[in-house]
Amino acid sequence: MPLLEQGRLVADAFVAIADDARLPDGAPALVSLARLQAEATALLARNAQLGVLLPNDTDPSALAPFLHRLSLVALRFPKHRDGRAFTQARALREHHGFAGEIRATGHVLPDQHAFLLRCGFSTVEVAESADLAAWQRGLHAIPIAYQPAVAGDATPLGLLRRHVAVG
Amino acid sequence: MDQHAAIPPHARTYRYDAVDRDFLAARIAEFRDQVQRRLAGELTEDEFKPLRLMNGLYLQLHAYMLRVAIPYGVLDSRQLRQLAFIARRFDRGFGHFTTRQNIQFNWTKLEDAPDMLAALAEVDMHAIQTSGNCIRNVTTDEFAGAAADELVDPRVYAEILRQWSTLHPEFSYLPRKFKIAITGAPHDRVAAKVHDIGVIAKRNAEGAIGFEVWVGGGLGRTPVVGTLIHDFVPEAELLAYLEAVLRVYNVLGQRDNIYKARIKILVRDLGDEFRDLVEAEFAAMPRGRYRLDPEVVQAIAAHFAPPAFATLVDDPPALRRARAEDRRFAAWCATSTHPHRTPGYASVVISLKPIGGIPGDASAEQMEAVADLADRFSFGEIRVSHVQNLVLPHVRQEDLPALHAALDAHGLATPNVGLVTDIIACPGMDYCALATARSIPVAQRISERFADLDRQLDIGTLHVNISGCINACGHHHVGHIGLLGVDKRGEEVYQITLGGSATNDAAIGELIGPAFSYDAVVDAVETLVRTYVAHRTQGELFKDTYRRIGPAPFKEALYAPA
Repeated sequence: MPLLEQGRLVADAFVAIADDARLPDGAPALVSLARLQAEATALLARNAQLGVLLPNDTDPSALAPFLHRLSLVALRFPKHRDGRAFTQARALREHHGFAGEIRATGHVLPDQHAFLLRCGFSTVEVAESADLAAWQRGLHAIPIAYQPAVAGDATPLGLLRRHVAVG
Repeated sequence: MDQHAAIPPHARTYRYDAVDRDFLAARIAEFRDQVQRRLAGELTEDEFKPLRLMNGLYLQLHAYMLRVAIPYGVLDSRQLRQLAFIARRFDRGFGHFTTRQNIQFNWTKLEDAPDMLAALAEVDMHAIQTSGNCIRNVTTDEFAGAAADELVDPRVYAEILRQWSTLHPEFSYLPRKFKIAITGAPHDRVAAKVHDIGVIAKRNAEGAIGFEVWVGGGLGRTPVVGTLIHDFVPEAELLAYLEAVLRVYNVLGQRDNIYKARIKILVRDLGDEFRDLVEAEFAAMPRGRYRLDPEVVQAIAAHFAPPAFATLVDDPPALRRARAEDRRFAAWCATSTHPHRTPGYASVVISLKPIGGIPGDASAEQMEAVADLADRFSFGEIRVSHVQNLVLPHVRQEDLPALHAALDAHGLATPNVGLVTDIIACPGMDYCALATARSIPVAQRISERFADLDRQLDIGTLHVNISGCINACGHHHVGHIGLLGVDKRGEEVYQITLGGSATNDAAIGELIGPAFSYDAVVDAVETLVRTYVAHRTQGELFKDTYRRIGPAPFKEALYAPA
């Protein structure tokens, strides 16, 4: 599926690997948390980038032993109204200092684009049929924010306000 | 500055600047785009609903309803005039003030909504986050900045919380709505303990400002008094601490059952662990990022600096004379004024509860009249109270006779503030899609029953609250007498709870017995009031009499065979 980084289409190097499927040699792989926990030694020893899909009811601290080797954490929105992954993304950045890719997957709307990036997501997986212009507009619709966040805060405007610099 | 020449020069509201206006314009443009995408079928109703709700647009029984935010209940006169304009142009000439210090327009057309938002933006107002599963309008004391007993001006922190919570990227898709109330007075006039978060600002022995934080209070189908989780959060840590509370809720709050999704259920289920989780999050956060700097507080506080009060004395001779000559005026003074910290001034409550009227309703003409009187007598400032009345916060006591006469001419001088006819009522089945019974006509009939002023004054302070369904928008659980209308096999019946309180001794009222029919409920209230009057001691409030003597005398009066 198309992948947006700061609103631009980028190539997705990762391949999602089912729990019972063989891992590709030397290619970036996205695995489930269960598989990562079960096969940690082998997976971490691979000579390729590794990503994990973290369920939205799981505390990101479950990833702490692996984060130094992870290039990607994918978080999931079962419905766009379910905002748990916003807090997971912030915890990954703030509590665990994770600097790799955090990807939003599942049901997200263009109207949530700026919120995602401000909470620490770096990429968004969108539907094949997605209106990319709407995603661009969602990123730039509101250029001002009234609170600190993890990312995207550029010029402070004094008081609580700041320009949002994204895309 | 020319375009804002109409702002009353002394009104202490948060003044928008170019940045705030750019933000609001962007938000309206975004909403127009969302409406167009909905109309074009690019958004499903399921996807559109949370977006329109976060812009205050609600679908009710007969029409859309636009709920406009009145931040912490503070208005200036030009804003109130614009609300009157909107009522006349887009509604049926009325607005309805709510228990969350907002105003609702109950007859909104979908196609008018963006234009209504644009009209609001002309006076720096909006409908952002008046609905939806986000942090709602923060409420505060209607006498803020004026009350004699105030220790800390809560408007400063209410505005800070308003800004902080506006389009918060992490907390806009919470499990459920989230309501914060803040007060800075020892007497709780904001119902702090029945909010998702109640904040009580105070000073420590060194004079530094800090905050008590209560969480998990609420009404609705699971009424509960909140839990104190921090006794003194220092000013600089206020936002960080609230972030920590919201993070724990966002992650752990139930999302599969709408009736168990409020933070009160999580707090109840986790017990002491909730506080531990908040403390752990708070300890781990990069606190520098969320620090509330003193310069920020000072800059916001400057908006709320006291107006230029004159040097006056309390209870001037002219006022005393007027009271002695006019019993009705004296009664109005006794019920409708509140002690001001500045000698010679008073805060005046304008009752929106005329006998037989709809609680909280105001006509466009009345709004304009109040705006004019605010300019004349109160530095252009108006407040909305959480009991659905209006307040002129800074009135010279010597002006009270003239103000009373002017209010009277507009049907706004009902001397019943705090009395049995000052009823809180939700819109009920006359408007609301969720209601299971009517509220407004019950309020009207009780009001008519107790219309006699001498009798009302003899009964004294008494809070009657009415909800038309279990969601409890009429706060029935915290009324001294609470009425809950429910549907029983196609018939509206009213359950009665007694002994509730929304203030420092917050308590959930207790169900007294079987429900009463629509026809019988007013007689039942009458019986309860008579029983109270017969048993009370000197100066004792209904809830205190109830707590002292228990339910038995009330039960017997209500249900014993005649």
